[in-house]
Amino acid sequence: MDGAKLKTESLSMAYSANAPYALKDISVDVAENSVMAFIGPSGCGKSTFLRCLNRMNDFVGGVRVEGRVLLDGSDIYAPEVDVTALRRKVGMVFQRPNPFPFSIRENVAYGQKLLGERNKSRLDEIVESSLSSAGLWEEVRDRLNEPAVSLSGGQQQRLCIARAIAVSPEVLLMDEPTSALDPLATARIEELVRELKKDYTVAIVTHNMQQAARISDATAFFLMGELVEAGPTTGIFTTPSDPRTEDYITGRFG
Amino acid sequence: MKTHFMRKTADLTATAALCCCMAISTAILGASLAFLTSKGWGALTWEFITEPPRAGMTEGGIVTPIVGSVQLIAVSMAFAFPVGILTAIYFNEYAADGTLTRLLRLAIRSLASVPSVVLGLFGFAFFCSFLRFGVSLLSAGLTLGCLAIPTLITAAETALQNVPQDFRDASYALGATQWQTIYRVVLPSALPSIITGGILCVGRVAGETAPIMFTGAVYFSPGFASSIFDTVMALPYHIYVLATAGTQIDKTGPIQYGTILVLLALTLGISMTGIVARSHMRKKL
Repeated sequence: MDGAKLKTESLSMAYSANAPYALKDISVDVAENSVMAFIGPSGCGKSTFLRCLNRMNDFVGGVRVEGRVLLDGSDIYAPEVDVTALRRKVGMVFQRPNPFPFSIRENVAYGQKLLGERNKSRLDEIVESSLSSAGLWEEVRDRLNEPAVSLSGGQQQRLCIARAIAVSPEVLLMDEPTSALDPLATARIEELVRELKKDYTVAIVTHNMQQAARISDATAFFLMGELVEAGPTTGIFTTPSDPRTEDYITGRFG
Repeated sequence: MKTHFMRKTADLTATAALCCCMAISTAILGASLAFLTSKGWGALTWEFITEPPRAGMTEGGIVTPIVGSVQLIAVSMAFAFPVGILTAIYFNEYAADGTLTRLLRLAIRSLASVPSVVLGLFGFAFFCSFLRFGVSLLSAGLTLGCLAIPTLITAAETALQNVPQDFRDASYALGATQWQTIYRVVLPSALPSIITGGILCVGRVAGETAPIMFTGAVYFSPGFASSIFDTVMALPYHIYVLATAGTQIDKTGPIQYGTILVLLALTLGISMTGIVARSHMRKKL
């Protein structure tokens, strides 16, 4: 162990047996209690990569994964791994806020109910602490039984974060979580991400380089399914070692 | 100038033709409603819908067939609803998109176009004889259910397809199994429109005669069915009997048209409920 919470070793992935590789030979470390940003132009494979980390790509029929993804040193693609247990450890927040068509309370309690938690006061505690951690408690404490869709987009996204952390994950994967939000809501989420790394390890995909620079400790730059370079965010943005990284972050393409 | 005149004429002709066809369609409904109302309105009294038939069905009311029809609807839906929804779940959530799935879908679409009299004979052979349910409320209800199942499957499949993939993703990402996702997220989201589809289906089932005439509906019954193995009277079959088997047409005529009005009110009422519920839910979404 070298302090990496999550680690990929020569990870390659293709959507079907005959398809070309969508990810090629990716080796990257995500340090515990840090935020790592994954940047790159559209279609570079950064979202695909993120979805390999909690095996959400399993639903794509015939998907082919090579190499290893290690969570605390053990391979999440090993045959004995229980995918549902893995996904509780590695939570995910999606690009568009996707609350269930239930009440605010039911949304947050959903993951715990899946685990069979029935105790109402225990559920109430978890709902409160999760909403507090997501910075939403004060805004919704008096309207927990209202439908989640009555919240604004930014609030919905923070609700989705609360829902994800209600099952006490260790890692949070965020797939462009602010791309559907206005600048103010985006700022709230970014602030939240910086808070969350105290308790969680965060991997965030973003198309917004300023965002990566603002919130991440480390950054990885993807291009056409390959990892061009990865390292501390300050280094990537000030002294990139690969000319393609420099071209991208200075806005010459992408 | 000529082209302009011709274009204008063509436009007018088309408009006239369209209006004409629309008028014909509406007139069919209007005329039949007017005809039935004029013939049957006089028979409609409180006693008519609360009393059983008397004196060889030349007097009294139609409460026995009304209750019988409601019982048939209940049995058919108790059968068709779960089977229809679960089949739709299988198709939409589990079945791989292959040749077998496509064949199965085709089979169900074909089932929807089987004439109802054929289903009636099937119900008689299968439920009454083979399964030994006899001529009964149960056999007739199940046969009606067979008629409703293809429509229900289609309605439920459409409803399930309209559940956003986002909901499924969110559920899986929280560690839910496939069945947990379906049971806790997909079904609750789809249920309102599945129920609407079901209500529209009930409206259709309620008016069918052919599936029940061999399997459970009877010419006359002194009381209500108290068990699913009893026979029942039913509104559509009652109309058929009054229209074909009576000799005192001057006495049974008004009862017949009154029954038709009640059946129409029942089926239209059920369908309207479904349509109103659907538009209400569309607004909410």
